[in-house]
Amino acid sequence: MAMLNFERKYRVRGGTLLGGDLFDFWVGPFYVGFFGVTTAFFSLVGILLSVWGASQGGTWNLWQINIAPPDLKYGLGMAPLMEGGLWQLITVCAIGSFVSWALREVEICRKLGIGYHVPFAFAVAILAYVTLVVIRPALMGAWGHGFPYGIMSHLDWVSNTGYQYLHFHYNPAHMLAVSFFFATTFALSLHGALILSATNPAKGEVVKTAEHENTFFRDAIGYSIGTLGIHRLGLFLALSAGFWSAVCIVISGPFWTRGWPEWWSWWLNLPVWR
Amino acid sequence: MAAEYQNLFTSVQVAAPSYPGVPLGRDEYQREGKGLHLHWLGRLGDAQIGPIYLGWLGIASLICGFIAIEIIGLNMWASVGWDPVQFARQLFWLALEPPPPAYGLSLPPLNQGGWWLLAGFFLTMAILLWWARMYRRARKLGMGTHVAWAFAAAIWLYLVLGFIRPLLMGSWGEAVPFGIFPHLDWTAAFSLRYGNLFYNPFHMLSIAFLYGSTLLFAMHGATILAVSRFGGEREIEQITDRGTASERAALFWRWTMGFNATMESIHRWAWWFAVLCPLTGGIGILLTGTVVDNWYLWAVKHGVAPLYPAVFQPIVDPALQVLGAKP
Repeated sequence: MAMLNFERKYRVRGGTLLGGDLFDFWVGPFYVGFFGVTTAFFSLVGILLSVWGASQGGTWNLWQINIAPPDLKYGLGMAPLMEGGLWQLITVCAIGSFVSWALREVEICRKLGIGYHVPFAFAVAILAYVTLVVIRPALMGAWGHGFPYGIMSHLDWVSNTGYQYLHFHYNPAHMLAVSFFFATTFALSLHGALILSATNPAKGEVVKTAEHENTFFRDAIGYSIGTLGIHRLGLFLALSAGFWSAVCIVISGPFWTRGWPEWWSWWLNLPVWR
Repeated sequence: MAAEYQNLFTSVQVAAPSYPGVPLGRDEYQREGKGLHLHWLGRLGDAQIGPIYLGWLGIASLICGFIAIEIIGLNMWASVGWDPVQFARQLFWLALEPPPPAYGLSLPPLNQGGWWLLAGFFLTMAILLWWARMYRRARKLGMGTHVAWAFAAAIWLYLVLGFIRPLLMGSWGEAVPFGIFPHLDWTAAFSLRYGNLFYNPFHMLSIAFLYGSTLLFAMHGATILAVSRFGGEREIEQITDRGTASERAALFWRWTMGFNATMESIHRWAWWFAVLCPLTGGIGILLTGTVVDNWYLWAVKHGVAPLYPAVFQPIVDPALQVLGAKP
């Protein structure tokens, strides 16, 4: 049954958004629900389309399999299947399965009587993906501005798109996004390490308390954000990283078409020192 | 569902005297300050600021860090002729550069990268003293030294970039300059010089752990906040005596993706993801230029990247056209 020893009492009916009790059941450890069915449908179709696309691409090298978006000449119209139409269908399946997954998480939250923080956080990641493959291409007038689906091909896309703006590190939103990624990883290492150091203390010592955690950080840097605060901070930093990533790419093209180093000339030309 | 239920802010605060900290016992130094409370800080996290423990390691580290920042700042200021307005205007563009390649590993004059070496020395001393401080503070409280060892992973990447790789390459000029835009320029130039770092497998791993850490903190932070109405933020208690908060948090992920961590193991996942980011990144930088000269050609050779058709005429490296220069 794949149930944890305390699990049975939590497996209660209710909390669904759609479908009432019809899909309110588990398969092994997985909760299904209406959105579990739609997740399975979109994932299965999307994966099968991807595998079929790979079979037509001339290589089974995992690094080099590539499903490219349509040529720019197709604009915002539908492209022939083998000329980007497949990429369009897979994109629809991906968005369908991501959104289904988020809504399924909402149903699980309702069933467990817990907050909606996880599906909200996932929604920010979905927003970043949709920005890359729908919003920015739509603003620029062609699906061909989306990124290709493939390990090396998407890296090449990032590299090429970055150099189109001469030097992407000068993009102010990219600066913020990278800083938030680094800050999140830094904060995660501190939080993980602090909990492990309190529960795995020095030899012969008993397990420590939240007072020790606070004291350690106050001793070290004069401030401890606390057991609740660190999770607020971590979630904020992580979501900011995703949010500013979406901003940094959506402003490249629709808002700014030249090199990013040039953007900073407004600072050099401020009236205070002109 | 009411916003209050999501526990994004602390709406009711207890006004209590400052907590002085777990007693240090006999120690050559004691903590500084009595601690003060800020209400608005308490809305998000803990309201108490201080007390802080300085100790000789902390004081020495702060002095070294101050010297390093002074050297960097004064060199930048000198580079605009000591004009305070131009210093503020061009601050992001200003740099303290390492010595030119011709000096190799020798000691250059101060204005030829000597100041860069001195700033690097003091910054490194500040960081190493701070590492010892983190180790000692943990031990003084009887805790594990996990913070210090995670910090050591970051120091590894820092030392590879500014010390170990320059040593192996035989020139201080290989190191990163101090400065906002200059260090970004260095990063871009480094990637281009060695055939695009995206093809470097250790760079791939480092980025995967960077994104993975962000994903993990979003998942973990969100999960704990979601079960905070059951006291989920009291993680140590939940680890030693599992309560309904842990059970609901675990079941959320089990029902979502068929797998769950425990209240303790999620912090092991967190620690390793965060630590492996600079650890693999440092390996990737160390191999660049010392073992691998062009990551794109390396990737083609090993079947990772396809061989792209040459669209443009090949350009000879201008460094090769200077008589007697080594590439």
